[in-house]
Amino acid sequence: MGSLDALVIQIQGLSSSAGDISRLHVILKQAEDSLPSESSRLCPILNQLDPSTHSLGYLYILEACTSAPISKEQATTLVPYIARYISFCVPEQIHLAPDKFVSVCKRFKDQVVLLGTPIRGVAPMLTAVQKLQTSSEHLTTLHPEFLLLCLLAKCYKTGLSILEDNIFEVDQPRDLFLYCYYGGMICIGQKRFRKALELLHNVVTAPMSSINAIAVEAYKKYIMVSLIHHGQFSNSLPKYTSSVAQRVLKNFCQPYIELASSYSSGKIAELEEYVQTNREHFESDNNLGLVKQVVSSMYKRNIQRLTQTYLTLSLQDIANTVQLNSPKEAEMHVLQMIQDGEIFATINQKDGMVRFLEDPEQYKSCEMIENIDSSIQRIMALSRKLTAIDEQISCDPLYLAKAGRERQRFDFDDFDSVPQKFNI
Amino acid sequence: MEPEDSPSRPMIDEIHSNGGIGVDEPSRNKRPIISSGEQLDVEAYASLYQGRTKIMRLLFIADHCGGNAAMRLEALRMAYDEIKKGENTQLFREAVQKIDGKLGPNYGVDSAWCEMVDRRAEQKKEKLENELNAYRTNLIKESIRMGYNDFGDFYYAHGALGDAFKNYVRTRDYCTTAKHIIHMCMSAILVSIEMGQFTHVTSYVSKAEQSAEALDPITGAKLRCAAGLAHLEGRKYKLAARKFLEAGPELGSHYNEVIAPQDVATYGGLCALATFDRTELKNKVIDNVNFRNFLELVPEVRELINDFYSSHYASCLDYLGNLKANLLLDIHLHDHVETLYEQIRSKALIQYTHPFVSVDLRMMANAFKTSGAGLEKELEALITDNQIQARIDSHNKILYARHADQRNATFQRVLQTGSEFDRDVRSMLLRANLIKHEYNLRASRKL
Repeated sequence: MGSLDALVIQIQGLSSSAGDISRLHVILKQAEDSLPSESSRLCPILNQLDPSTHSLGYLYILEACTSAPISKEQATTLVPYIARYISFCVPEQIHLAPDKFVSVCKRFKDQVVLLGTPIRGVAPMLTAVQKLQTSSEHLTTLHPEFLLLCLLAKCYKTGLSILEDNIFEVDQPRDLFLYCYYGGMICIGQKRFRKALELLHNVVTAPMSSINAIAVEAYKKYIMVSLIHHGQFSNSLPKYTSSVAQRVLKNFCQPYIELASSYSSGKIAELEEYVQTNREHFESDNNLGLVKQVVSSMYKRNIQRLTQTYLTLSLQDIANTVQLNSPKEAEMHVLQMIQDGEIFATINQKDGMVRFLEDPEQYKSCEMIENIDSSIQRIMALSRKLTAIDEQISCDPLYLAKAGRERQRFDFDDFDSVPQKFNI
Repeated sequence: MEPEDSPSRPMIDEIHSNGGIGVDEPSRNKRPIISSGEQLDVEAYASLYQGRTKIMRLLFIADHCGGNAAMRLEALRMAYDEIKKGENTQLFREAVQKIDGKLGPNYGVDSAWCEMVDRRAEQKKEKLENELNAYRTNLIKESIRMGYNDFGDFYYAHGALGDAFKNYVRTRDYCTTAKHIIHMCMSAILVSIEMGQFTHVTSYVSKAEQSAEALDPITGAKLRCAAGLAHLEGRKYKLAARKFLEAGPELGSHYNEVIAPQDVATYGGLCALATFDRTELKNKVIDNVNFRNFLELVPEVRELINDFYSSHYASCLDYLGNLKANLLLDIHLHDHVETLYEQIRSKALIQYTHPFVSVDLRMMANAFKTSGAGLEKELEALITDNQIQARIDSHNKILYARHADQRNATFQRVLQTGSEFDRDVRSMLLRANLIKHEYNLRASRKL
């Protein structure tokens, strides 16, 4: 009884300076074990604390509060508390106990999902991710949780905002796998296939000692997205892919590889028939929607190919070559593609002719120059980073010890010099 | 060049003067085409060859001449007669089975002959074995070589090609001079060609060519033909063409147990047409004095190559069409006729369009004697393959050459390469980080 009140007083008293907070942290750690036993009395205490000034204490109490399994009603009352806490807490204080913060946020996510309103969690989680991050290159455990919420709530645009950041530092490989997988799905939802392909590619080619389900699912989506985006799929993975993935992935994704080979034949009827016969399989993988996009991308691919060959072509001929039912349908497809900027053409409805044009981009405009300039800047920054990391690794005592050991076996004279080449 | 949008009058004249259109030059069409629709003269054809290949070629014709019963029987009759001169009873039985009594009682199963030949073969084999054993105990190299060689000849005559090959190859250990080696190689090549083992052919050709100083011109020409055949079989038409073109006129009919000089002209000519560009065609085929001698033997091929070079595509394709039936009956070429014809046709299309900024498709269709729609399809395939840089105006039936804009293409490529680099480096750094993480994890576990 008394200990809890004393704790509250200590929290209130020791939350001003950095020294005080670290003392408070020690006290809280001692009290940590006794807290869950009094979970029923904890919730009212939260009202006595201010999430912005007493962030650390609040966090410990909140964590204890949510540690027990929670019913729907309790969740209804807790969710606003946590949401408020996340938006007001101070990053410096939560960085002292990131584990606690992560577990609170995870439970928060579980609760909003339990309540069936994932959209309520999106904004607070975004704040949580930003507060937990030490830099924008840091991948936290909350990243995948946030993306999952975005997916469930269909708030793809919000999800894209954190996918724009380049991630380099990773705490847990699993976080990265999930982050890239969910991120890929969000990009697919937004039809940003290039980015999606990049993210899924990261999952598939990531170093792994044993195969995991995330990689398998990612590979399935990778096959389809590359069909949609590039119109082709090459069976071979790059050589830096882990040997397990190179060996095993294909066996798990046979129907998708066959889909790709049937796509490469360029015959729409064949593809549709294949999809129809394997419909159940794709459906059980929850990939049927994407498969349908693959099929419709083939029409686009075929029309795009026509622009390489023809200057003018009647809608009837387009319908015939692309195997559409009517000129009307062909017109709709062409129109849609012109709108999306995928082809450059004009339709002459009077004669039913389509005139294909060249890409009007002349690379002369100011925007283009700016665009190129920004690309150059980006690449320069990247290469500076690369050099820095290179230097860092060549000074890393662990690396040198290992590289030196391996060298020694061959030649004693080489021991001192830094190895010229290293493969990552 | 013409302005792009107006296919004006002078240009049409230009095409005409280029001679692409047969209709305007009736004289060309009346020119006698030697083998137009003519049936293959089996007797004349067979007289070009001798030995086993003659029989095989005749049997091949009998199998592939389709519904032409007269030709089939003629071929079988000649094959029968030819086999009777040799000692191959196996082949004899096959031929008799194919004849099936249709040639009267004179061409039936002559079992007495078979038995006689078989018996004699047994005796000869025994004799050869005894001889060889004697040589081997005496360790006389030259005699052992001769012994194996005789064995090879014996098996070859009796149709046991595998055994023949083995025995010929065995002589290799006992070869003492370059001449012997070449002899061994020539025998091995002959048997391999009969067996259809063209990888052996290539390896023995190169082996024979290593001892160049002992090569006389005739053998050299033979080797080139054999190499050409091997390349042809391996569908490397360009290399095949080169080899056939290098074959010297000394060849004459010295190699007619494998190939007739007429064949050298046909194979070489067609392969060259399918794979060479214009300058190569001019330098290596038309201006090639040696090869001209061969071409004289088959005027059709000579004419069609000249037509192709001087852009009379219609007449060239005419010649090709007439030759086709006969070429399909050729034991070596039949498999490749379709591919070669396709390649020649695409080349003709490409060459036709090459000099123009714009081409009237109707006129072009005329020159190639096809319909406009068919031509459009063919052109479409070539453009998709990036073999013709042009685009079709299907409304006005005009083909416009396409000018690649270097500047734009460069910009595009630079931007693309940049973003690819960006992406690759970022994912590489990520992977590096993961590896580092795993390494640290393992290190901390060890501690």
